[in-house]
Amino acid sequence: MKFVFLNFMLSKDEVKRIAKLARLELTEKEIEKMQKDMSAILDYFDLLKKAPKVKVEAASTKASASRRDEVVSSHNIRDELITAAPCKKDDYIKVKTIL
Amino acid sequence: MDLTELAIKEAHEGLKKGEFTSVDLTKAYLDKIKKNNKKVNAYLSVTENLALEMAEEADRKIKSGTLEMLTGIPCAIKDAILVEGEKCTAGSKILENYIAPYDATVIKKLKEQGAVILGKTNLDEFAMGSSTENSAFSATKNPHDKTRVAGGSSGGSAAAVAANMAVFALGSDTGGSIRQPASFCGVVGLCPTYGAVSRYGLIAHASSLDQIGPLAKNVEDCKIVFDAIKGKDPLDATSVELGIQNTEFKIKNLRIGVPKEYFAKGLEKEVEEIIREAIKKAKDAGAEIIEISLPSSEYALACYYIIGPSEISANLARFDGIKYGLSEPAENLLDVYLKTRGRGFGVEVKRRIMLGTYSLSSGYYDAYYQKAQEVRELIKQDFKEVFVPPGAGSRSGGKKVDLLFCPVSPFPAFKIGEKTDDPMSMYLADIYTIPLKLAGLPGISVPVGKIKSLPVGLQIIGNHFEEDKIFSIASQIENMVK
Repeated sequence: MKFVFLNFMLSKDEVKRIAKLARLELTEKEIEKMQKDMSAILDYFDLLKKAPKVKVEAASTKASASRRDEVVSSHNIRDELITAAPCKKDDYIKVKTIL
Repeated sequence: MDLTELAIKEAHEGLKKGEFTSVDLTKAYLDKIKKNNKKVNAYLSVTENLALEMAEEADRKIKSGTLEMLTGIPCAIKDAILVEGEKCTAGSKILENYIAPYDATVIKKLKEQGAVILGKTNLDEFAMGSSTENSAFSATKNPHDKTRVAGGSSGGSAAAVAANMAVFALGSDTGGSIRQPASFCGVVGLCPTYGAVSRYGLIAHASSLDQIGPLAKNVEDCKIVFDAIKGKDPLDATSVELGIQNTEFKIKNLRIGVPKEYFAKGLEKEVEEIIREAIKKAKDAGAEIIEISLPSSEYALACYYIIGPSEISANLARFDGIKYGLSEPAENLLDVYLKTRGRGFGVEVKRRIMLGTYSLSSGYYDAYYQKAQEVRELIKQDFKEVFVPPGAGSRSGGKKVDLLFCPVSPFPAFKIGEKTDDPMSMYLADIYTIPLKLAGLPGISVPVGKIKSLPVGLQIIGNHFEEDKIFSIASQIENMVK
């Protein structure tokens, strides 16, 4: 399938805004390609506009989809988890200063 | 005897009778992997030491007479499933050197049975893709034609089984990632019902869709592995205990639906002929075949590519350069995030994170995410309309059906590189595997024919938790096309 004509074109600034929200650093080249690809895909999503309206309240309250706070037994993998951190000091994971 | 050609039961019998040991079997596979993996790139890492240790342990178990069906049987694991102490990359540079700190529940279950883990198989990065070309560690090639893709995202697992580099493999299916590579590589692959198998220890992609399942040489093997890994796990809140599934179903007593939307424009003629021929065989065997309609099918792909990426954008927020994996040096915390994620993630992963972030962002949520949830409800309703309700006898309830027969993919394995520049054309490869995922239904791919050297799979879709019905009928179809 080819998308020659697009009803919709995402602006470069919009791509940059979304990338910032998503915590992704993109190069200029990546931004251009992302603009083109996302526009084509979002254009395709327009198809959903013609789908009939339905109520979804029922779906979101199903027991199987809900989450409860459960007590999960300890796995004793504390050391392995700390070892996995790229930057640490003794038993602490090190992060950059925030303030 | 070439030990690497044996299916599970044959290998099990051989081990039980002492014709060969698990160490013999494991070494035969390790040799084959050494010789052939370079050509196919099915494995990202071979866990030779672990495999031999496990094989020795299995041989002790066999000697003591306590063997189970999978004891001593060598298998391959998709590299998105954690095996304690081994690398787990998810096909991504961001996890290139990550060592799994614990076993996934499915691995724990395989270990309890005494299965032997040969290595970790290639995949599209974070299981996002339909060809394994999105792997940061180069594409897997189709063993039937090495200029073509193995499918994806569980392409490495499918290729490993197809090339006799494992007796069976585990994969994961979010939008078609077990069934489509199984179809392309000519093996059997099951995507179980949502909730049938624990996902604890599977690196998350889209949590309302992700499911672990088996890829195997035949339907019987596929069922053996499914039975070994299924069931409730306190560590995955969505998992449920399945009832005993040993009912045998006869094809002549069943009504099979053929969804007309799956035979519309876009389906390659030769694929259609092979699928129609399989349907005819079912009819000749006494099944009642009726054409049915799933009218919301046309929305499924768009719906999936909103819901999937939305969940991806949330799930992959954990890759921040702080807790594990790659960390790019930077001046401040925000730059650590931006640079680590910008350099660590590949093109497709970034694209989906962006799409998801957009769909969930203020001002667009209603038009995209909310709308997609509504459409998902329509798709669920479509399937509910056509299936015989669980517990009701077959052929009851008017024109309701027991199973659906349709293609897995509109085309056989495509050329490497053919679709990599156009994400929309790659997304369309999943058009028949996505709808059932949105409804949480199980589906299998069974090889039913070939176009020249390229295998074509038939997709059999069942109602929730009716894997037994799928296996029964898939096995009968398998015999008919032999």
